[in-house]
Amino acid sequence: MARKLLLTHIDVPGIHTFEVYRQKGGYRAVEKALKTMSPDDVVEEVKKSGLRGRGGAGFPTGMKWSFLAKPEGVPRYLVCNGDESEPGTFKDRFLMTHIPHALLEGMIVSSYALGAKTSYIYVRGEMMPQIRILEKAIEEAKVAGFLGKNILGTGYDLEIYVQPGGGAYICGEETALLESLEGKRGNPRIKPPFPAIAGLYGCPTVVNNVESIAATVPIINDGGEEYAKIGIERSTGTKLISAGGNLVRPGVYEIELGLPVEEFIYSDEYCGGIANGKRLKAVVAGGSSVPILPTNLILKTINGNNRLMTYESLADGGFQTGTSMGSGGFIAFDEDQCIVRNTWNFTRFYHHESCGQCSPCREGTGWMEKVLHKIEMGHGDLSDIELLWDIQRRIEGNTICPLGDAAAWPVAAAIRHFRDEFEWHINHPQDALTHNFGLAHYADPLTPIVS
Amino acid sequence: MLSVKHNEIVEFSSELLNQFAEVVARFPEGRQKSGLLPILHLVQAEFGWLSPDAMDKVAAYLTIEPIEVYEVATFYTMFLLQPQGKYLLEVCRTGPCCLVGAERIMNHLENKLGVKEGEVTADGLFSWRGVECLAACGFGPVLQIGPSYTFYENLTEESVDQLINDLSSKTN
Repeated sequence: MARKLLLTHIDVPGIHTFEVYRQKGGYRAVEKALKTMSPDDVVEEVKKSGLRGRGGAGFPTGMKWSFLAKPEGVPRYLVCNGDESEPGTFKDRFLMTHIPHALLEGMIVSSYALGAKTSYIYVRGEMMPQIRILEKAIEEAKVAGFLGKNILGTGYDLEIYVQPGGGAYICGEETALLESLEGKRGNPRIKPPFPAIAGLYGCPTVVNNVESIAATVPIINDGGEEYAKIGIERSTGTKLISAGGNLVRPGVYEIELGLPVEEFIYSDEYCGGIANGKRLKAVVAGGSSVPILPTNLILKTINGNNRLMTYESLADGGFQTGTSMGSGGFIAFDEDQCIVRNTWNFTRFYHHESCGQCSPCREGTGWMEKVLHKIEMGHGDLSDIELLWDIQRRIEGNTICPLGDAAAWPVAAAIRHFRDEFEWHINHPQDALTHNFGLAHYADPLTPIVS
Repeated sequence: MLSVKHNEIVEFSSELLNQFAEVVARFPEGRQKSGLLPILHLVQAEFGWLSPDAMDKVAAYLTIEPIEVYEVATFYTMFLLQPQGKYLLEVCRTGPCCLVGAERIMNHLENKLGVKEGEVTADGLFSWRGVECLAACGFGPVLQIGPSYTFYENLTEESVDQLINDLSSKTN
C-alpha cells in the first residue's frame, strides 16, 4: 500500500470537521510552526522538501516563497488558487470537499511563513458547496483559536477569507486570478513585475495551488528532509492524481511520485484498467493542455524505459515523444474514442475560455476550432492539417499568458501522434460521423508519427 | 448580450445589504471593488439573473462606475444577463465528460424538456445549457443547478428523468 500524506484519513467519518481532524493529529503543524519555528525556518523546511507547485507549472514552492519582497509597512498576501478548471483535473475540489481543514492548516502555516496577516482562498464560483464547506471550516478554526487575533497565544494574527470566482478558466492563471480578486475581468497581467513584487493591490503576494498549500502540513510535521525521501530525484513527495475518462475506477488517488504509469492505469490499487474490457488508445497525463500520447509512448519512453509518474519521466523526450505532469489531470481514452473529436472539444474549450487580450489566442483558438469542426464533420481537406499545424505554431509563445500554449499543445500533439486519424477523417468523409473509432481503422496505431 | 435597461426600481433587502457589508469587510479600506464578484453572486441568487438596473444599483453600493460592473458581468460565464428558467441545468460538455456520455445527456435533456439550449420551457421552470469543465471529470457526466450549484454526478438518461420529475413535483 502506497504511503499517503494528504489523504491518510480520507475514509474516517467526519474528517471534514475540526473535531475529527484534530483528533487525527490535525493542526499539529500550526502548533509546531507558530510555537517553535521562525517564519524563515518554515520557508527553509519547504525548500528542503523539494515540493514543486502542484497546480501545473511545477515551480519549486520554497524558492517561490523566498522571492517574496518584504518592504517595511506594506502588507503581504497569500492567495490560494482554488480556481480548478483544467479539463481532466478535479483533485482540489476533492480535497476541499473532504478535508477542508488540511487546506486551512496549510494556509495558516504558509501565511505565517510569508508574514501575511490576511489571506484569501480563491475558489471557482461553480464550487459553491466547497466554498460553504471552507467557510464553515474557517469558523471552526477560529472558535478553536487557530485563526483570528493572537493565534494560540503566539501574537500572530491571521484572517482567511474565501472568494468565489465567476466561471472563467483563465482565472487559474495567477495574475488573472489577482485581477479577478480585485473585482475586475480576469485579464492576465504582463510579467514582470511578478506577484512576489507587485501582486494583490500592488503588494507582495504569493499565489499557490490548493494541493501545494496542503502539502506544507506533512512537510512541517515530519520535516522537509523526510518529505524529500519520498519520490525520485527532483520529483519529491506525493501527488494527487485525478483520473478520468475510460477507466474502471476513475477518481482521485494519492501516489508516491515515481509510480510507473502502467501500474497506475492497470493495478487494482489505482485505476483498475480500461473500462468495458477495451484497449487503451491514448492518455492525457496532466490536464487537457499537455500533449496527448499514444499507448506505447505513455507506458514507455522513447528509450524503452518504463514511463514513471514524475515530472522528469513524463517530460522525457520533450514534446516530441513525451508530455508533462501538469496538474495531474489524467485522462484515459479507450480504443473507440476519436482523437479528432476530442481535439475539437478541447480547442472549443480554449476558444471559449480565451480572455481575448492577445490576438494569436483570441483569433487562433477560434480558427482552430472551426477547422477541427470541419474535419470532424467530414468536410476537411488534407491541407487543413497543415493549416492547423501552422496556426498552433503561431499561437505558442506569442501570448501574455500560457493559455495560448495550452490551446496549441493539444493540437500539435494530436497531429504529431495521430495524423493518420485526421487523414482518415478527410479521406472517408461519408464515414466520419458514423464510424467506430477503433484501433483497426489504421494500420499501426501505436507507432507515433514524429514530425 | 446585455439586456435593455428598463429603469426599474430594484430594492435590495436589509438581509442582502447585510451580506454585502460582510463581503466588503473582507477587504482593505478603499478596496471594496474586490467584493464585486461575491455581491453579483448574491444578487443573482436573489433575483435569478442580473438586470442592468440591478447592476447599476450594485455599482452605486460599491461606489464604482456602472461600466465596471457590466464589464465583469459580461466576462464571467456564471453571471446570467437574461432571465432563465427557474432551474438552469448546466451540463459539462468538455472532453472527459464527453468520453463518458455527456453529449448523449444533452440530447436527452433537449428531447425531454422540448426546448433547445438557452430556451426556457413554457412553464418557466427549466432551461439548460452546455458549460465548460466543471472539475468533476472522474464522475461524469455531471450537471449542476444554481444558485446552490449542487452537482449531480454519473448521470444516466434515467437519473436525468428522475431529477426533472423531482424538481417539477417540488414546484407543483
